[in-house]
This record gives sequence, structure tokens and C-alpha cells, in this order.
Amino acid sequence: MSGLAKPLKIALGLIVIAGLIVIPMNFNRYGLFILSQWTVMTIAAMGLNLTLGYAGQVSLAQGAFVGIGAYAAAIMTTHGWPLPAAILVAIVLSFGVGWVLGYPALRVQHHYLAFVTLAFSTLAFLVFRNESWLTGGIYGISNIPRPHVFGIATNKPLPFYYVCLGLLAIVSIAVWWLIRSPWGRAFMALRENPLRAQSLGIDTRRYTLMAFAIGSALGGVAGALYAPLTQYIDPVPFNLSLSLDLLMMVIVGGAGFYFGPFLGAMIAVLLPEWLRFTEGYYLMLYAIAVMGLLIWSPSGILGILDRYMAARRTKAASALRAVAKSRLETAQ
Amino acid sequence: MSAVLEVTNIKKSFGGITAVDGVSFDVREGEILGLIGPNGCGKSTLFNCILGQLTPSGGEVKLDGKVVTGLRPSELNKLGVSRTFQLLQVFPKLSVRENLILAGQEHQGNMASRLVGRSDAGLTEAANQMIGFFKLDHLAAEPAGGLSYGQQKLLDAAMAFMGGPRLVLLDEPAGGVNPTMLSDLKERLVAINREKNATFVVIEHNMEFVMSLCSRVMVMAEGKVLAMGKPDEVRKNPAVIEAYLGH
Repeated sequence: MSGLAKPLKIALGLIVIAGLIVIPMNFNRYGLFILSQWTVMTIAAMGLNLTLGYAGQVSLAQGAFVGIGAYAAAIMTTHGWPLPAAILVAIVLSFGVGWVLGYPALRVQHHYLAFVTLAFSTLAFLVFRNESWLTGGIYGISNIPRPHVFGIATNKPLPFYYVCLGLLAIVSIAVWWLIRSPWGRAFMALRENPLRAQSLGIDTRRYTLMAFAIGSALGGVAGALYAPLTQYIDPVPFNLSLSLDLLMMVIVGGAGFYFGPFLGAMIAVLLPEWLRFTEGYYLMLYAIAVMGLLIWSPSGILGILDRYMAARRTKAASALRAVAKSRLETAQ
Repeated sequence: MSAVLEVTNIKKSFGGITAVDGVSFDVREGEILGLIGPNGCGKSTLFNCILGQLTPSGGEVKLDGKVVTGLRPSELNKLGVSRTFQLLQVFPKLSVRENLILAGQEHQGNMASRLVGRSDAGLTEAANQMIGFFKLDHLAAEPAGGLSYGQQKLLDAAMAFMGGPRLVLLDEPAGGVNPTMLSDLKERLVAINREKNATFVVIEHNMEFVMSLCSRVMVMAEGKVLAMGKPDEVRKNPAVIEAYLGH
């Protein structure tokens, strides 16, 4: 993205935002549901992108945090609490649990860490399913209310889509701020070279825990939106496959790229819908497309764009050098 | 002159191998101490023990008279101890300027101010000065990974100075750096040593570099201190000639 001129980038951004507001006005119920789902998955994937893409800590537990947020919101709102309070509790709860889950990352890395987080994912699923006094067990929690925003009921799909979009906007700004701050730089240092980071005074322990906690908190936010979106939750959507889906969104979009989760979630949520006309074959086509992409570009879709921009910059720089050289020769 | 760093009887074994075997020395404020010796004699291991990257099997490290053995590298760095690495350790995807801002940011404010404050932690100006000081101006916005080996070495050294350290341990700063750039580096080190009264310990195989830069030289062999003294004394020491310098 860095190769585009700034006014062009701003114009492009405004067009996309306007499109996200205006175009869905013509969508039917189902279309709006899918689009709302995209915003929820984007928020969860942005969290994982922080933990994995920026800070380099593998996690197979993001789906569990979506579940924690969803159950927190479902339990609270069905007991009469307003959604903002539920979102706040979801954030605090998943931040705290995420912080604790970060401790193993201080000792183990890569696939070992993946297994630790996988075990946690299973544990969370068992709690959702077995602790029926709290979670309703396999019957789940139904009749989850949707909020009133400034006195407007969001029972209908379009107003609730705007709630989702609004929250996505807030999260996007917060994450943008975070990755541009010294924290974001420290996260990247953690991923690239923890040894060097330490010798520059970067408290790698604290930043690792923070990367886990903040990433998990965003999973919690996504869950707290998921519950009122579907208005019914049970343990099944929060099993390991959600964590794997979210991991795929981050990697397909481009881990460590700001816009990666937006793109990855779009592909994961929308592509199966678009491929529906192929009937029984859509999952196969989807799987093949993902494999093909990752063989072509292990750094995801935005990785392709990044390479293209880098190549263009190099070309421009060599052209400049050639001009400078020829001028030097003429001068002699 | 008081001692900035006092190392007493440091030992480090890996399994059955004793890499550092009871090394004691001190580094005086404002001096440049050279550390030489054959490959595998324990120089880098000694550095890693002093800097908290390895836990010594025995012995004690004091900074300004206070025991700092067992502190984490990030904690020692906050106390003003910095280092460069033998192998290249810059952040290749960040620009030269961003590398320097990263190197200084943890010395500014606290965790909260680093989150809500300015994205450059107020360090762009300081980074630009360091870039100018190390003559990297034309490369400031380039990704560090695109720099030549020698330029990355310079950047690595510049990063070690961003936090305004009192004591810097340099691990083979001259390795693989061409002669012109090397004289630049030496000139920069001497300038920082004089202007900021920073203290250096330098591991190096380039004898000309060590002998002209350092006020004292310590020679290690097989994990022990073989000799310590002024460059000329060390150069004439028969044991040093035997073990390292050759005839």
C-alpha cells in the first residue's frame, strides 16, 4: 500500500467507507447477515493479526476468545444488562484470560505454543458445553436481545449491521493507532529478533503478554457482537475450527499487514457464498484456491501487492541511479 | 578513575565444557578496553554473561558498585548498558530511522506514554542526529535489510548508542567492514567516548584497530585471562605471542 500517493489512498478509503454504508441499504436480510458476519470476523482476525502477524506469537485459541465474548454478552444481555456493558466485560474477561495464556509463550514458541493454545481452545469448548448452569450447555442461549442505540431499536438487520460497522470502525482506528505507536514497533521487534529487542531495553516478557491479551480482547469484542447478531448461541461455532478459520483469514489476507484481516475475512465469509452455484463442489474449489494462493504467495494476498510495490520502488531507484551516473559521466 | 564495571570470578560451563573459567577484571569510567583472544576462548560467552543473556555458573557482575548478576538484558539496558552483536542484528524490514527510534524508545517515558503518546516517541530528531553522526543520511528512509554489510554494522553500532548508554560492549564491530568505513567507525567511537564520556569494551580480531583505539587490552585464552595491560605491553608479552598473536 505504501507505494500509492497519499491523496489517492484517502480517496480510495473514503469510497470504500461510503460503499460500506450506502450499498447494503439495498441488501436483503441474508446479504446483511453475511456482511455483519464479515465485520465480526474481521474484528476477531485483527486481534489474531496483532498476536500472530505483528508480535509473531502463534495462537490456535482465537475462536475460544470469540466464544468467551459471545457467552459473556449472551448471559449479560439476557439478564437485562445493556450491550455496551457486556462488551466491556467481554473485553476485560478475554484480556485477562489472554494475559494468562500468554505465560506459556514466555517459555515455548512456534508449534509448541500452537499446541498449548490448542489445548486451551479445547478446554474453553468443554466449559461452554458442560457448564450448563452458566452456558445452557448443548441447548445454548436463545432470545439474545439486540441493543437500542440512541433510542433506535436495532432488531432489523440494517440497523444492526450499522452497529457492527461502527464497532469495526472503532476497533480499526484503535488497532491502527496501536501498530503505529512504539508498542507496534516493539511487537514487530519481538517477532523479528527477540534477542536484539531485549538488548535495546525492550521488555519482551511484558510485550509478549500484552500482544496475547490485546489480541484476545479483540476476539472478545467480536464475540460480544456475534451473540446479538445470531441471537442464539451454542458451543459448536466456537470449537477449534473457528480458531483455524481465523488463522486462515489472517494468513490468506497477509499476516502482519494492517488490511490483511479485512481481506482474509472477506474471502473466508464471502467466497463460499459466491461459489455456492457450484453446489457440492464449492468447498473443494475453496480449498484448492487457498492452497494455490499460499504456494504462490506464503505471505498472503497483501504479500503479493507488497512485493509488486517493492519491485516498483527498486526499479525507480535504479532508474534514478542510472540517470545520476550518466550525468556524472557527461560532467567528466 | 572509578570502575564502571567490575567482573569477579565469572564462570560459565556448557555441559562438560568450561567456556569461561573464573574471569575477573574491571572497566574504568571513560576507558576503551580491548578484549582479544583466539576463536572459542570465551570472549562472546563472557559478554553474554555480563549482559544477562546467559546466566553465569558462578561469579558476580557489578555495575557502579551494585550487583547486577542475573538481571535481564532489558533491565541492564535501562541501567545504561548497551551492546552490538558479532553477527548482524538490525531489523531488516524497518527503515534505518525506524531502527534507531526503536533502539531509543524504551528509554523514553513509560508503557502508557508509549501507547498514547507520539508514534516516534519524540525521537525523530535524535534519530536524525545519530544518522548524521554515522553518515547514513542518504539511507535514512531505506529498509535496513537493503543496506550493505558494512552499513548495517554502522547502523548496529548507532542503535547501541540511541539510549545514551554509559557502557557499551561491542562484539567485533570491525568484522567485514571495509577500511574506509572502518576508519569512520573508529573516529565515531572515539568521538562518542570523548564527548559523552561513554565507556567501551571492544572484542576485536583486527589488531591495528584494537591497538590504536584501546587504552588497555585484555587477552583471553581457554576461558581465562592471559594478560591485561597497555597495548604495547600486551603486544610484547611472550605468553600472548605464543597463544594468539604469533611470531
